[in-house]
Amino acid sequence: MFYRESGQYKTSYSADQAIFTIPQDRVFFALLMLVAFIGVPLVATDYIYTALLIPFLCLSLAALGLNILTGYCGQLSLGTGAFMGVGAVSAWNLAYRLPDLNLLVVFVLAGLITAVVGIFFGLPSMRIKGFYLAVATLAAQFFLPWLFVKWGWLTNYNSSGVISVPELRLFGWGIDTPMEKYLFALAVVAVLALMAKNMVRSNPGRQWMAIRDMDIAAEIIGIRPMVAKLSAFAVSSFFVGVAGALYLFVYLGSTEPDGFGINLSFQTLFMVIIGGLGSIMGSFLGAFFILLLPIFLTQVPPALGFEFSTALVSHLEFMVFGALIVFFLIVEPHGLARLWQIAKEKLRIWPFPY
Amino acid sequence: MAGVAFFFEVLIGGLMAGVMYSLVALGFVLIFKASGVFNFAQGAMVLFAGLFFVGFIEIGIPLWASLLLTIAVMVLLAGVIERLVLRHLVNQEGIILFMATIGVSFFLDGFGQMIWGSNVRQLDIGIPTDPILLFDGAILVQSFDLYAAVVAGALLVILVFFQRTRIGRALRAVADDHQAAQSVGIPLNVIWVIVWTIAGLVALVAGVMWGSKLGVQPAIVGLALKALPVLILGGFTSVPGAIIGGLIIGAGEKLAEIYIGDFFGGGIENWFAYVLALGFLLIRPQGLFGEKIIERV
Repeated sequence: MFYRESGQYKTSYSADQAIFTIPQDRVFFALLMLVAFIGVPLVATDYIYTALLIPFLCLSLAALGLNILTGYCGQLSLGTGAFMGVGAVSAWNLAYRLPDLNLLVVFVLAGLITAVVGIFFGLPSMRIKGFYLAVATLAAQFFLPWLFVKWGWLTNYNSSGVISVPELRLFGWGIDTPMEKYLFALAVVAVLALMAKNMVRSNPGRQWMAIRDMDIAAEIIGIRPMVAKLSAFAVSSFFVGVAGALYLFVYLGSTEPDGFGINLSFQTLFMVIIGGLGSIMGSFLGAFFILLLPIFLTQVPPALGFEFSTALVSHLEFMVFGALIVFFLIVEPHGLARLWQIAKEKLRIWPFPY
Repeated sequence: MAGVAFFFEVLIGGLMAGVMYSLVALGFVLIFKASGVFNFAQGAMVLFAGLFFVGFIEIGIPLWASLLLTIAVMVLLAGVIERLVLRHLVNQEGIILFMATIGVSFFLDGFGQMIWGSNVRQLDIGIPTDPILLFDGAILVQSFDLYAAVVAGALLVILVFFQRTRIGRALRAVADDHQAAQSVGIPLNVIWVIVWTIAGLVALVAGVMWGSKLGVQPAIVGLALKALPVLILGGFTSVPGAIIGGLIIGAGEKLAEIYIGDFFGGGIENWFAYVLALGFLLIRPQGLFGEKIIERV
């Protein structure tokens, strides 16, 4: 009823190619952006920024990167955490060694470095796929954090191996309050998400999806698997690398390089699965859900009068995570993004059932 | 001479550690062969079985009864996993099933620790741990490791015999072709329960061995990840491959740590197995004993 496209004609190619072809969607998205950029800073507290919104933005960017690789190109990766580490460590080194470099340049360079590393660890995908590839990416997951610790130069020979981020400045604007950090992260994520959206609905994205759906058929219609797969690894790693840099710079502040462990990889993978494989929006929904769940589990039972110990909560978190993954895979293998789509379909014909 | 003896000592130590990896890898291979599911939860099942076993012992149940109870738990677990997870995911892509087992893995991890706590628990089932000296004391071997090797060997023999039984044949039929197996009257659901039970029992053996060696602790799940490169090396579908792959990985990483580790600044044991497997994948993607046909482009 409110969401019906009948009578809205697409009279030009550009109208047909728009990201949101229906005005309702455009309005909704514009409102969302307004809320994110203006509404949230008006109401949010520092706690909400640091505990929820900033990690949400960083991790959803990582999930977006993984989604490009796993959801769009069908290459399973368990090395996201390590690639985030590459982005974080290289961004830190760039910022530390070249203090005059613009922060945005630092982020882009960190992403590019991660992309190169990603291509390197993506090379086995030429010969193998599926679970074999997952194990190959596990090699990256175990090798890279070891390298961060052992190669002293990367952490400037700090004996504890902890790297702390210098003051963030962008065009003379000091980013130090949680709100400014949030806005900075939001801007970066918004631009990159737009890039990703356009990429997956144009030529490279179609190549990836063709490879995912049936690699042999894709090769026959003239898609070069090597180019498609490695470009997916490169783009995915770029996003993940920038996410890692963002994670360190605006969220963690300081970290040990081996903090980018396998748990982070799994967390990102869960975001992608729960959010929806092969969906840009799903990455955000999944990240939101996975981040909210532990907060929910720690806040709600005490509010209801149950006192759980922290150990029990962390175990419960594991159980609920696991159970939810299985539940989602059974009920809706396409994740939250698919539910969103179904809701839109229902809305379109509402109030009639079909 | 001392150098040679030391080399053999390291080699044997590594081989014995490899036996432990093989035990976990066996569980993977069994499930993969029988149902095509890449069971990421095997490591969590090892911890789960170990926790229940040690937990039963700690509350004063005699050893044999705890063992029986734990076996019962693992059978129950297999049934529950089949009923609640696998049955609903028939005909889904492998990657979906794989992710479902990651979910199962997390669930078991949390569940086991919620019931029994996450402390390191000593498990003593009376396996002697005193060192044995071979060749006039030149080489030192832990007698525990020998027991582990014997147990693994016994397990392998049982599994090979099992392959020859009626159920074993049915398992192989299901592995070959679900539909064909079903059409000749093999009940798919029952077979899956059986396979997961066997994998659960293998996990129990692995859990007991790991637990006696290192104590039952959550870190076992991480160690069990080492079984993945073992699988790559041995091939996903080969039981002997799992054993030999485990031995190679175990010996390889210990030798590498001792002899070339210094070049890299030490600690390479953590990733050597993976990089070895990665290199191996590029040369021979089907593993040492895997089936020749492998999906690739």
